[in-house]
Amino acid sequence: MQVEQFLEESARRSPDKTALVCGGRRMTYAEIDTEANRMARGLIRAGVRRGDRVAICLENSTEAVVSIFATLKAGAVFMVVNPTTKADKLAFIANNSRATALVTDSRHRTVVNEIADCTPHTSVVVIAGRETEVNANGKHSLAFGDLIGPGEDGSKPANPSIDIDLAALIYTSGSTGTPKGVMLTHLNVVSAATSITTYLDSRADDVVLNVLPLSFDYGLYQVLMTFKVGATLILERSFTYPHAVLETLVAERATGFPIVPTISALLLQIDLGKYDLTSLRYITNTAAALPTTHIVELRARLPRVSLFSMYGLTECKRVSYLPPDQIDIRPASVGRGMPNEEVYIVDDQGNRLPSGVGELVIRGANVMKGYWELPEETARRLRPGPLPGEKVLYSGDVFRMDEEGYLYFVGRKDDIIKSRGEKVSPREVENVLYELSAVAEAAVVGVADDVLGQAVKAVITLRDGASLSEQDVLRHCSQRLENFMVPKVVEFRTTMPKTSTGKIDKKTLHMTAAG
Amino acid sequence: MDFSVNDDVRAFVIQNFMFGQGAQLTDDESFLEAGIIDSTGVLELVGFLETKFGIVVADDDLVPANLDSVVRVARFVERKMKERSRIAG
Repeated sequence: MQVEQFLEESARRSPDKTALVCGGRRMTYAEIDTEANRMARGLIRAGVRRGDRVAICLENSTEAVVSIFATLKAGAVFMVVNPTTKADKLAFIANNSRATALVTDSRHRTVVNEIADCTPHTSVVVIAGRETEVNANGKHSLAFGDLIGPGEDGSKPANPSIDIDLAALIYTSGSTGTPKGVMLTHLNVVSAATSITTYLDSRADDVVLNVLPLSFDYGLYQVLMTFKVGATLILERSFTYPHAVLETLVAERATGFPIVPTISALLLQIDLGKYDLTSLRYITNTAAALPTTHIVELRARLPRVSLFSMYGLTECKRVSYLPPDQIDIRPASVGRGMPNEEVYIVDDQGNRLPSGVGELVIRGANVMKGYWELPEETARRLRPGPLPGEKVLYSGDVFRMDEEGYLYFVGRKDDIIKSRGEKVSPREVENVLYELSAVAEAAVVGVADDVLGQAVKAVITLRDGASLSEQDVLRHCSQRLENFMVPKVVEFRTTMPKTSTGKIDKKTLHMTAAG
Repeated sequence: MDFSVNDDVRAFVIQNFMFGQGAQLTDDESFLEAGIIDSTGVLELVGFLETKFGIVVADDDLVPANLDSVVRVARFVERKMKERSRIAG
């Protein structure tokens, strides 16, 4: 099965059903399918070919959803890029993936102009929104509105892709500081979506309210899974205005609400009693483990809602979930492997352990194909499995597994920080800090944070006579990094702890930088 | 429009969410659209308004119509301050 068939099958079965409610617009399955067909034809005509990469740099919007399916219908590979990505990183992603097309909106026109000269592979630029003029230096520039307009043929274009072709590339932080593209085939995505919708018992009468960005795979899968089961997705930009989101949740009679710990922290500050949440069937949490206090309070306030604690990583989408009937018994656990997937822990030599502490290994059709054009990094993560040619995923995450097979997160094997469930490479942030001429030495560490999982902390020493404020540092970082990578705290020191070889001693720093 | 409320709000937003660099922020620019503020930011903004202007912000007030631009926040604060003085008077 192909991922675009999630949409096509639902459009065939229930063309007039509301598929998507977003930005004041209600779209049926037939409407989305038609728009995606039109856009796919436009992309093909502009030169997008089977297997080509298409970068989609948009806020949560109907355009983003249509673009994802249009890309797949054109036989191409979609990459949803965080809309707060800065110009140089967007250029890196476009060049690293050799993206043929970039779909973005008028807010990003200056960025498009800025990177036009240094992204030679990207020959097509599609702009959504009112002002679609760009100075794209010889690139084929198209207005989104024209592509999906009624003048275009709305039937499905021919598409020879099969399920072992790539469907998506998702860029994630690597320990080297350079982002890596996680290659996911249609089979990977369909397998993960099938497992998750199985344990969530997702149904066509579900109404899922999503506030998470589609550049985050947890948000992306809300679209994919809703369309797979023919349900309805309420797509919001964010949880910035909780009352407005909760009103929507009530008005739309939402049944599913995926959250992260930052959202549960806000939910617990609100008097939920005044909202009619009787429609709500389940809440899911992943990204960082919910603090046990949140679980207890959420359970007390919403006793009839099933609460799913989950854990995942982009390389296989989801790893585990805790069945809701276990949440009061073992609230600190992120559960066991999901349906049609095997998970186990191994010691440093790769021997399988019956229980105890070890690196988590994942086996299943949801495991990625590898990192885009990075064979060495791929070989480190994907190692031979039990069957000939099979690869299993070494997660790099250390877990404790109890006798009954329930998992408890312990930490990372490398120094990658996991903040709000997104990976942050200390190196990538340090590189940005070193751009400040006042900085002599910089080290970035993760410090425990109840809500974020880990918070990004920058420790800095200054050059003699130089001065720099925390605000200067944060301003610079916010201009150079995506929002989730910007340090939460900056600490200035006069000296940095060193190892015997003269390198910054991160271990000591970790111990002294906490809090 | 009370310009001091406007200016105070603007200064707070620039200082706390734009790291001091907000010369180009227009008074009617949507914080959400411009990606200036997130949900934690909204709560920080509310905390500031409550302390600075002595108003009480209810959960129901947390909607874009009240809070999503400098000018909207200023209007909201003024309305709340009037309500308060009515109750007090």
